[in-house]
Order: sequence, then structure tokens, then C-alpha cells
Amino acid sequence: MKFTLSWLREHLDFTVSLDAILAKLNAIGLEVESVENPADSLKGFRVAKILEAHRHPDADRLQVCVVAAGGGYEKVQVVCGAPNARAGLHVIFAPPGTYIPGSDITIKAGKIRGQESGGMLCSLRELGLGAESDGIAELPETVVLGQAYADYARLDDPVIDISITPNRGDALSVRGIARDLAAAGLGHLKPWLVETVEGHFPSPITWDIQYDSACPFIAGRLVRGVRNGPSPDWLRQRLESIGLKPISTLVDITNFLTFDLGRPLHVFDAGKIGGTTLSLTRAARETFRALDGRDLVLGTDDLVIVDSAGVQSLAGLIGGEATGVSDETVDVFIEAALFDPVRIALTGRRLGVHTDARQRFERGIDPALVLSGLEAATRLVLDLCGGEASDVTSAGAIPAWQRDAWLRFDRLSTLGGADIGEEEATRILEHLGFEVREREAGRSLFAVPSWRNDVATGVMLDQAPHLDPDQAQTAAASVHAIEAENDLIEEVLRIHGLDSVPPLPLPLRTAIAAPAVTPAQKRLGDLRRLCALRGLTETVGFSFVSHEDALLFGGAPEGLRLLNPIASDLNQMRPTPLINLVRAWQRNAARGLNDAALFELGPCFLADGQKLVLAGLRGGETPRRPGARAQAMTLWEAKADLMAALDALKLPAEALSVTADAPGHYHPGRSGVVRQGPKTVLGCFGELHPRVTRAMGIDSTLVVFEIFLHAVPLPKVKRRQPPALSAFQPISRDFAFIVAPGVEAQSVLKAARGAERNLISDVSLFDVYEGGSLEAGHRSLGIEVTLQPVKASLTDDEIEAVSEKIIAAVAKATGAQLRR
Amino acid sequence: MGDDLEALRSDTLEALAQAQDHAAWDAIRVGVLGKSGRLTRLLKELGKMSPEERKERGQALNRLRDALNSAVEARGQEIADAVLEARLKSEQVDVTLPAPALSLGLLHPIGRTVEEMTAIFGAMGFSVAEGPDIESQWHNFSALNTPDHHPARTEHDTFYLPSAQEDSPARVLRTQTSGVQIRTMLTEAPPIRVIAPGRTYRADHDATHSPMFHQCEGLVIDKGITLGHLKGCLIEFLRVFFDKPDLPVRFRASYFPFTEPSMEVDIGWSRQTGEIGGGTDWLEVLGSGMVHPRVLANCGLDPAIWQGFAFGMGIERLTMLKNGIPDLRSFYESDLRWLRHYGFSALSSVSLAEGV
Repeated sequence: MKFTLSWLREHLDFTVSLDAILAKLNAIGLEVESVENPADSLKGFRVAKILEAHRHPDADRLQVCVVAAGGGYEKVQVVCGAPNARAGLHVIFAPPGTYIPGSDITIKAGKIRGQESGGMLCSLRELGLGAESDGIAELPETVVLGQAYADYARLDDPVIDISITPNRGDALSVRGIARDLAAAGLGHLKPWLVETVEGHFPSPITWDIQYDSACPFIAGRLVRGVRNGPSPDWLRQRLESIGLKPISTLVDITNFLTFDLGRPLHVFDAGKIGGTTLSLTRAARETFRALDGRDLVLGTDDLVIVDSAGVQSLAGLIGGEATGVSDETVDVFIEAALFDPVRIALTGRRLGVHTDARQRFERGIDPALVLSGLEAATRLVLDLCGGEASDVTSAGAIPAWQRDAWLRFDRLSTLGGADIGEEEATRILEHLGFEVREREAGRSLFAVPSWRNDVATGVMLDQAPHLDPDQAQTAAASVHAIEAENDLIEEVLRIHGLDSVPPLPLPLRTAIAAPAVTPAQKRLGDLRRLCALRGLTETVGFSFVSHEDALLFGGAPEGLRLLNPIASDLNQMRPTPLINLVRAWQRNAARGLNDAALFELGPCFLADGQKLVLAGLRGGETPRRPGARAQAMTLWEAKADLMAALDALKLPAEALSVTADAPGHYHPGRSGVVRQGPKTVLGCFGELHPRVTRAMGIDSTLVVFEIFLHAVPLPKVKRRQPPALSAFQPISRDFAFIVAPGVEAQSVLKAARGAERNLISDVSLFDVYEGGSLEAGHRSLGIEVTLQPVKASLTDDEIEAVSEKIIAAVAKATGAQLRR
Repeated sequence: MGDDLEALRSDTLEALAQAQDHAAWDAIRVGVLGKSGRLTRLLKELGKMSPEERKERGQALNRLRDALNSAVEARGQEIADAVLEARLKSEQVDVTLPAPALSLGLLHPIGRTVEEMTAIFGAMGFSVAEGPDIESQWHNFSALNTPDHHPARTEHDTFYLPSAQEDSPARVLRTQTSGVQIRTMLTEAPPIRVIAPGRTYRADHDATHSPMFHQCEGLVIDKGITLGHLKGCLIEFLRVFFDKPDLPVRFRASYFPFTEPSMEVDIGWSRQTGEIGGGTDWLEVLGSGMVHPRVLANCGLDPAIWQGFAFGMGIERLTMLKNGIPDLRSFYESDLRWLRHYGFSALSSVSLAEGV
């Protein structure tokens, strides 16, 4: 909502500075978006007169002028190229040092083709004020020489742009803003009275409401014999000052009242209306050409105004081209109506119609201003275009808008935290147009003014479906009174100033606060730190990726495809953060950083819901250094990352098993699934499938891991036994087992570990050997078993016995033979 | 001392002087002082002598033995030193060679900010609540007093997903974390004090808008909570977060469908230098307000009993301000150069004791 300081002055008597007004607007909820004074860019330009003009001796197209511009510029020689420069003409003069906004230059004194030139005569285009460039601007003879042009043209008028919140339809008018400022103590609201125009004949056009839920009331009147054309200067200037383009007097009047009073109006060329009835009705499925030339396809819920020929206006949003006024208009029919805000909002949103009328109708307009707004418009039409007005014709009825709200004054402090007395609160509300209806001890009943359709309105609840019915009803019963009261508290606080509310510390229930995060949340931080310490850098990727990428990673259900994506590569909820990591690696590699090691802890979206995933990726090679060649990443780096993370989640490798059945985006022979028990999948690791990387345009090997955190159990909280700190030295023995094809190392390790649980403290694999004298496909696995005696050192016989047990257990479980 | 002893002495000393390594030195030691060494043999011969001879000869031999012992030891030490010296010399390396690097990764600034917010609000008794990114329209809008036709809905450029069941409305990617308020009120009995950091989505992509960003919601429901507490809580947060005990904070009346009164919160800064707390300009950082009675009632809480406040802030925005990050889009581009510049060490903890 734009307005100028001078326009505000039409409604508000004030003496305070612009800065004070801006600060107050911000404080009371009318947020200032920008302030601009057109005069700021017009410094230096003066009103002047050409005293003499002669042809330049050395240039046919130039003239040498002598200019009088007052105050130090009594007789200045200026060389000018404009064809209309002539003696006696009143012009705009820019002395040396003036910045010319339209040409982005600063004027200097100098010589043009050998003739002194001490300034410049300007066109309006050069001032940045419009397109006219057919020579220099011609001013009337009545000007005062030497006056600043900005003052002469009344451009020294700051334009203030404020953003209006959805609840404040009343502030979409200069008068509404003035009312708020007056209530906040910045001046006095001037009275606004409209003179009723007497009708001289019955309106030949009448209304017929057939869709009354969308239009409760509509009024209109005809003015015959008008002369339409350009508006007078004051009206053009008002509109131009806030960036509106003047069109014709009749249209300009409606636009003026839209901004001045927040009262949108529409004017029909009565001569173009078919028949004598304008009906408010549901649209058929038809196309309608709007005033802006757009063809709109209407739906059956849309409210339209039709004549005998068809749709002539999309009510409350935009008029039709066919019945629009023009310079030929003789009879004009003025419309002032109340439309259902919801209807206007829905139609406007669906059709993408953004008009000043919609902005006001969808926030709700002052129901008491329909008829007076129509009178004000009629008065302006008669004053500016002449003609004779008909009686007012109307249909429907103005809905009852009168509402009351109680305010318990102590709630200003018990909800608002403010120390505001009854008297002050009442004064503020009265300035805003509220009236005291009843007074009781500690509380008053206020009548809500017609223009505040956001206060004490009917309550629409949308309660959660599964609430206990009694609880739901109790809660609902309180809402209306509390809400209406809160509306008043908000008004009082807003105008009184929120700065006056003293800040209070939030009382703690315990002196030291309980932990803010749950164990499940805390471990996420641990994981992020672990990954970073292992060399992975954290990233944050969009939750949506391309449908094609999602397909490569096995999950692109239609139910998770955006209905209105912003881009085709952001149209599918991601099945895994790996996609983002791969794309990030690729972007970095394209910049020469191909050794990125990345991770993300974030959501993935699957057919059965949103899950939290820790995903990591390593690509490129290990760095070269003396004595160490660069090595490509292998699945073991990914497995190490995964196992380290699971270890940090209190799941040591011994408690887990690995199977070779990772999902399709993994290399089928170089990937694994980590499980707890036979069913629970905790994570996957391995090389990405070459087909996947190739499809994404990558020819390097990338190794990745994923942990599905929802599947990772929280460790049980239990009191831990103290550690068994044996006094006896552990001993270790190496064994080499020959295993047949298909026997997994983890089976051998597991069998060995289980051979004598009380004595064996650790089993690890230190060697894998194939080939040589071994049968094809067979492997020799070297394992080291650590024995930890508890009660006494082990004798050779005892060690021998355990060794035999280990050999037997491994043989039984895997068929492996000891390599002798 | 007899000539034979003098000869032994000088022979031994000369041989020691000649010895250059441990083996040569040890051969001399054994040859003189060993079991069948020359001196040992002479000592053994003492028994054959008369007591007078033995006394004189014995004293001379003992003196010689002591002298040779010291000489052998001393030369032995010299040789050991020389050997070590030679070894050290041979072991010399170019110490300017690089050591194998254990490269550390870094943490994303968004996660850091969330941890800082958690620490500060945690100290004020808040706990962290969560909700899904894909929400029903009821959770994201209707329950928050934003019915379908509400102008605020159009301002939210919402992303839609197909509905979960036939004839139910399309689901949305949450446009705000406020839905977590609803979920919390429906699952927890008051008093409530939660923050809800998380991902949010709006169909908007340009220099200052990202289709995905992060918000942190806050909700306090109790008896007797006033707008004064709202102000105190948020001023405290902002001053600790920006580490500026005198940070100017301004509350401006505003409007949100789910709070009343509603306020936007500005902090002082300098438009020219970007300095937080300096200058005379104001910068909007937060939206806040007293929870709307309709929102309470939609969740089954009686607004005649319970009241409180809610707030929401942009995590990227606060991160950018605090860390001087100029571009919003860079947060999600995963450019290693950017991450290495703005990322945080995993070793730097987030604790109020150390200052966030």
C-alpha cells in the first residue's frame, strides 16, 4: 500500500516529522517497506526562462540560448539541441554540478562547438519523469524563475510504501492509515463527510442478485451525459505519485477512492450494457475477456455480473473489456458492492487475478461505506465529468455488522504483560472507532466499528478429529469471548506501544533445566561429529531430487512426486540422501575437487514414510605422498565408516552380521548389508553400481554407506558390571584355516569366538591367502585368537586343549580344515 | 711394577686405542680381563708365590687391574658413543617432508546453529520436538487458524503431494515448522515448552529464496505466561546467540493467523557494515506472538485456562547474520570450498559454559 505524505495530510492533521510517522507506522503494525522522495533525485533543477535564442554559428541543429534562472543564474549562456528551444519559453534548467537521473551524467560547464555552455535545458525524460523526449519540457508562463523544479511540480512529497497484514483490510486506505496514526497520538483525524447527491430519475439499470452467498448487497446508479477524458492535474498527480497510471477521469475516480477510502468501485459504460438488468450469478464454464486484455476461463463457483449479452465483470476482481468506459462514454453506471471475501480470494487465486479491488475485497471492506462510497464517487463524477445522476438502485441488504466485545482490563497485564490503565485503554479504543457500550467494575463492553471486520468475528474452529468430545466442547466454548477480548488487547497494545511491555525472564521449573534433547536426538550429534572426525564433511541437500535420479536409487513412487515442482530436477522426494551426495561430489569434481568425502544426516522419503538416514560418500583417491601411492577408494573405507558409526551407536561388530544382498544401486559383488539378527537391516555399504554412476555421468568409483537410524535400537539403560581386569598376561595364538568357496570369514571368526567364551577375549582376521597350492576357489584365513586367563596362567596343556576346541568348532561350523 | 706388567699395560692401552668397533673392543676386554685373559692368568699365578712376593705382586696386579678396567670401560663408552653417533648420522631425514595427513571433515553451519539454539533454549527449559516434513493441510494450515481461503495461504507458495487416500486433500511439504506446535499440543499435556528446528519448503527460488530452508519453531504453553515472558525469552535468546549483551531488540506489531497479539522482532544492525548490534538500522529476524485461542481449542486446550506464546525464525537467516555468510543458496550447493570456509570443527563444542 503506497501513499504520499501530502495524501495523508488530506485525512490527518499533523505536525510531526516524516521520521516520527515512519517509526510509528512500524510500531503499530503497518510495516514500512520503503520511503522515497522523488525530489531527492531532482536536486539542482530550477525553473527558468529562455531570454534569447540564436542559431549556433557552427552547427545547424544547435541553438545558443541565454537563460534566466534566478539566484546567481541571471544570464547564463546555454547551448541546446532541442528543436523547441525558443526565446520566451519557460523551461527546466540544470546548472553545472546537477546530476541528470535520466541520462546518468553530471552536468559540467564547457564549450560546445566553440560556444560557452553553462548548464543544460532538460526534457522530463532526462529528469526520469516519463517518456516525453520530443525536445525540452515547456512550462507555463506563471512559474517563478529560480524555484526548485521539484517544488514547482509538487514532487517534494515522500512516497511511503507499507505492507498490510492480511487482517487489516481497513488499512488498505489512506484514511485507515490516518485513523491508526491519530489513535497512536500523531495527529488528529479530519472529519470525512460526504454530500448526498440527489437523484433526478430512476436508474434505468437495476441489479438482480441470484448468487446471494457471494454477494449480499450491491448498489449502483447511472450518471448520464458525462464527458470522459483525461483527469485534472490533482487527480492524475495523486495516482501517479503512488505509481498508478491515469487512464480516464471515470476510471481514475474509482482508483482514487480505492486508495483513499479503501472502497473499490466499478464503472460500466451504460451504453454498452445489454438490457436493463445486471445479474449477479454463478459463471457458466465460459471465457471472459477482462479489462487487462486477458481471457479468463471461469468456473461455476465464480461470481460474475452478466447482462443480456453475457459476462460483463468478474465481480470484485476485474471488469470486462466489452463494457469498459472510454472517452466516448456518455452514460456511466457506477457499481458499489459487498462481496464474500472467501469467494473473491478463491476465484482470484485460481485465476491469478491480482488487482487492487481483490486485495481489498478478500480482506473484507467496510460494509457501512457502500452507499457513502457510491455518493462520494457520484459527487466526483458530477464535479469532474458533469452529467446528471439517477436515484441509487440496490439489491440485497447490508448484512448486520454490529458486534460487541468485552475487555477485562486486567487482561492487559495478565495476557499482555503491560501496565495500561482502564482510561488509557478506553481512549485508544475510542480513537480507533470502538465505542463503550457498557461499563462494569474492571471491564467494559465495546462496540466494534464497521471497518474492523477482523475484530470479534465469528469463530471458525477446525478441531482435531480424535479429541475427547467433552474436552473439545469445553475448549470451543471459551474461544469466542477470549478471542474477542484478545482482539481488543492487541489493539490497545499495538497503539500503546509494545516497547512499554517490560520483558520478564521465563520462570524455570527447576533451577537447572533438564536436558533439551532425548537420547535418540543426542546420538545424532555424536554421529555428525564422528563422521567429521573421520574426514567426512557435512552437507545439507534438498529433500527433493529428480525423478530420474530417484529411479536409479530404487525409489520414485508417484505418491512422493511433487504435484507442482519448481524445477524438473526437483520433483521427487528423495529415497536416500546418497543422491544429493553423488551430485555434490560430481559438482565438486567438475571444479577439480574430486576427492570429496561427504556425509549428510537427513530424511529420506519412502512409500512407508519418512526415515532418518546417515549417508556418506568417498570418491577419488587417497592423496599421494612420499612412500605412498594414490589409491582408489574401496568398499573397505565405506565399511569402516559404517562400522565406526554403528560402534558409536553402541553396536560393536561382534553383535552384527553382514550379508551380500545390498539394494540395486550398489555394486552386486562389492557391497554388503549390515544386520542385527536375521531381520533388522541397519545399513549398507559398498561401491555404487557402475550402471548408476554411469547413468549420472560419472566414470569414477564412488564408495558409500547408509545407516537407517530408525532401525538402530537405543542402548538399554542398565547398570554396567565393572570390567574384569585380569592380573594374568593374555596370550595369542595364530591359526590358518582352509575354507571352501562360499564360506564367509565372519562364520570362521564367529565359530572361533564361540569355542571357549570364558577364555577367548578376542578373535581377529589377519590374513587371507588364495592360489599357490590351494585348491581353486579355496582360501586360507589367518586368524589370531587372544586368550585371557582369569584365575591362573595357562599351562601348555590348557592352551593345547583350547586350540583343539577352536579347530573343532571352526571345522564343525564351516567345514574348514586347519592348514598344517 | 715389573716389566711384564708394564708391557701388559701399554699393550692393552695401545690395543684399546686401536679398537674401532664393539667386536675389537670386546676381544681386547676378553683377552685381558676375561677368564683366561692375560691379567687374569697373572692373578691366578699369585698363589704359587711366597707371601712376601705375593703381597707386593698382588698389590701391583690389583692396581693394574683397576687401571685396565677403567680404561676398557672408558674406551667401551667411547666406541658406543661413536657407533650411536654414526647411526644417528645415517638416520637423518628431511624433516620438512609432509607427515601423513589425517584430514578432518567439517560440520555444516546449519547444524551448528541448531545446536546453538538448542543449547540456549535448552537452558530456558525447552526441549526439542520433531514432526514430519510431509504434512496434512490440517496440520500445516487449518489447525493453525489458516483456512483454505486465507490470504496467508497464498503467500506461502506451497508444494503439494498426492493425497494419501482417495478423497482426502493433497498433502503438503510443510511451509513452516508450526505444525509441530499442533503435534506437540495433541500429544503432550501442558505445561509445554518446546522448540522444533527443521526443514521447511516453499515454491520459490531466487537469490534470496530457496525452495527448501530451515526454521526453528518455539512454543510455550502454561498458566500465566504473558507477552512480557515472550519478550524476555526472545531478547535473552538473541543476545546470547549473537554474543551481544546489549543487542538492541525491537518488537513490532504484526499479524500471523496462529498468534494474537503478533509481533515481528528486529535487532539493531548497521546496513552499511553488516555489524550486528551496531548502527541505527533494524533487521527483522523473528516472528512471534501469543498463541491464538483458536489454535489452542483446535488442539483441545481450553483457552480460558491455558495461554502462552509461539515464535518462528529462519535458521539460515540467523546463521548468515551471525557468520557473515552472504548467499542463501550456497547453503545447499555442497561446494567444498564453501564448506571448508564456513564449516565448523567437530571439536568445537556447543555449550553455554564455553559460550555458543
